[in-house]
Amino acid sequence: MTALLELRAVRRSFGQVEVLHGIDIALAPGEVHALIGENGAGKSTTMKIMSGYLAPTSGQVLLDGVPVTHADSQAAEAQGVVLIHQEFNLADRLTVEQNIFLGREKKRGPFLDKAAMRAEARALLDRLDCRVPVDARIADISNPDKQMVEIAKALQRDARVLIMDEPTAVLTTHEVDVLFGQIARLKAAGVAILFTSHKLDEVRRICDSLTIMRDGAVVAQGRVADYTEDAMAEAMVGRDVSSLYPARAVPVGSGIALRVQGLTVPGFADDVSFDLRQGEILGLAGLIGSGRTELMEGLVGLRAATGRIQIAGRDVSIRAPRDAQALGMCYLTEDRKSRGLLLSQGMRENLTLQCLGDFTNWLIDTRAEEQALTRAIAEFDIRAPSRGIAVGNLSGGNQQKLLIAKIMLAEPDIVIIDEPTRGIDIGTKQQIYEFIHALAAAGRSIIVISSEMQEIIGLADRALVMRSGRIMGEVARADMTEERIVRLAMGLQAEHAGTG
Amino acid sequence: MSSAERLERGWRPDLRVLGPLLALAALVLIGALLNGNFLSAGNITNVLSRSAFIGIIAVGMTFVITSGGLDLSVGSMAAFIAGLMILVMNALLPVLGAGWPLAIAGMATAIVAGTLAGMINGFLITTMRIEAFIVTLGTMGIYRSLVTWLADGGTLSLDFGMRTLIRPIYFNGILGISFPIIVFALVAICGEVVMRRAAFGRHAAAVGSNDRVARYSSVDVNRVRLTTYVFLGILVGIATIMYVPRLGAASSSTGVLWELEAIAAVIIGGTMLKGGFGRVWGTVVGVLILSLIDNILNLTDGVSPYLNGAIQGVIIILAVILQREKRAEG
Repeated sequence: MTALLELRAVRRSFGQVEVLHGIDIALAPGEVHALIGENGAGKSTTMKIMSGYLAPTSGQVLLDGVPVTHADSQAAEAQGVVLIHQEFNLADRLTVEQNIFLGREKKRGPFLDKAAMRAEARALLDRLDCRVPVDARIADISNPDKQMVEIAKALQRDARVLIMDEPTAVLTTHEVDVLFGQIARLKAAGVAILFTSHKLDEVRRICDSLTIMRDGAVVAQGRVADYTEDAMAEAMVGRDVSSLYPARAVPVGSGIALRVQGLTVPGFADDVSFDLRQGEILGLAGLIGSGRTELMEGLVGLRAATGRIQIAGRDVSIRAPRDAQALGMCYLTEDRKSRGLLLSQGMRENLTLQCLGDFTNWLIDTRAEEQALTRAIAEFDIRAPSRGIAVGNLSGGNQQKLLIAKIMLAEPDIVIIDEPTRGIDIGTKQQIYEFIHALAAAGRSIIVISSEMQEIIGLADRALVMRSGRIMGEVARADMTEERIVRLAMGLQAEHAGTG
Repeated sequence: MSSAERLERGWRPDLRVLGPLLALAALVLIGALLNGNFLSAGNITNVLSRSAFIGIIAVGMTFVITSGGLDLSVGSMAAFIAGLMILVMNALLPVLGAGWPLAIAGMATAIVAGTLAGMINGFLITTMRIEAFIVTLGTMGIYRSLVTWLADGGTLSLDFGMRTLIRPIYFNGILGISFPIIVFALVAICGEVVMRRAAFGRHAAAVGSNDRVARYSSVDVNRVRLTTYVFLGILVGIATIMYVPRLGAASSSTGVLWELEAIAAVIIGGTMLKGGFGRVWGTVVGVLILSLIDNILNLTDGVSPYLNGAIQGVIIILAVILQREKRAEG
């Protein structure tokens, strides 16, 4: 059987960095193909190349065995290749019918042919066994219904290849069952489907064939039936980056720096308890969306949260980040561009924003600020083309270093670092790891949130693994393996919960 | 960008800084050439004193806009406070008699009313999370209607004796400089120092630039926003204290369009309407530009003064075009 859509030796570079190293994938009609891999493995780039959002740097995209070059996603859609985004691409204020026909409205003379569009929208939704009224507004319908509308929209465009980016991430168990029913129907109709998910049990349930990616390359390919979930997890992880992480020089202290009991962040984290020792690096692992960030934001007062928090043995009440800061606890956001730094302002203004009071005695002491900036540039090796440069023009790595310098001006005893090295080159990564170790060696306590398993394993003295707002288990340094963490994060094994 | 290019850019005169100053200088030159009376002490005092009301308010508006807000209610607020001030003074006249204690009671009324009005706007915008445009559009209508109602559709007049007593607050001065000019200058200098050198100014710019970054940096975003509105309310009170002695009356037409003139002055001065960057000295220059256009048109015969609004409109649009900058991509 010829493949409907095929990638052959596809490579893709962003600037100097190659992120896909020769990918081969073939999607057959009437088959559901799973694409799995860790965050950053190259799944998204692959999907974008398939659906015309990105062009390959080299290699071929074949449709029905013929090489094609999609100018953009519209061109791909016209050929029947449709990507359904994880975040829905629907206009909230428009109705179901208006969304399905958006940009391809049926007309009768100069006017919209509403009757025809309504009828066709109804027919498309009926095919999907979806009961949602065609005149309901998108804002008022449920997530699986939105998913159905996306699929109906794709079908209206005669989709033959449907690329679904983590369609189940926003769905409840029952909603997933409904979606899988539709996928089976589409499959029977001869549509080729690419399905990505972090939930390996779903892959086992719905997919026929699979491709496993790691670091921009395909590491395994075959029939799903030949792989157990464990085998899939094993193939997704596992590589040697041991030299990237410094050796632990100073042992963890014995005192409890932070004790969290029954912390609940409504909608994100439920009844979480843990201790953080002095001088300890505690890893917080889990998939994106597992509530890690929200839990920590709740802890430092950025979100409403309930629970008991003790710092250095004393009960504390934290309602806003400044309360946490006053108690010596700071949170460093994962989103440096829109939550961490003022991109249009200079390094000095950004550096001192968190602790402006320390530089102010009626008026801001600009000279002290400049001195602090000079120290920060030296200490954190911030490489800026000029001192007055707007922070938005710095590279990601230098922005991250400035952000760390900014937090460290507050001299916190407890530092929570969310995704310390996201989107940063390997050299800067190493510097940041060394810096985190130096902090721990100085007796400060650190929580590192990371989606990169290696980072958790390389840095942490102990790791907590979250899934769906709960701590699934704790892994001690001695028996920390990627597989162990991945299994907990995917909910494959919970027997270690509560130990340690 | 190479370092040579950067150097070159650094030396190039910055239109965003020089633009408003050049425009002001050009206006002064044009005025002097067109009318010999333009540079006389009398005319200059007249122009500056009249611009003081808008100027004092515009300094406060600079902080509101810098922190990402907007206040459309200041003109109506000024009218309402003026009416209230007159009513309170008239009512207390039998108790305190016509004298400075009564005048001070009137001034206190204006400051307290301005503070409260600013707090109401700020509370609705921060705690209640309603958009500034909507809130102040609402309070604008409310204050305008209240002053019309208090005046019963006509004019609220201050007692004649009191009017004579406080007249010097607008018309007299120290060393030939009238009080409104002195107050405007003091407010502007304090505003400039606070904006550039105080933590509050830095925080206001941070909140306007990206309120999420400010929140994650332990800045009390709501308090900063609220404070800008309260600060503006107090300045509206001060402007009203300068205004009431001039005519000794308030009516439904008092302070009409002041809010737009103040916002226009702020924008001409180089403050960004979407927030994140503000400069008080620019606002002062903006106020002067707007009043000079008005003054020059009144002094010369060439162009009808009825075209004042059109010329001001062109200036505002030009200012924004000249000050447009390429911002860091985020």
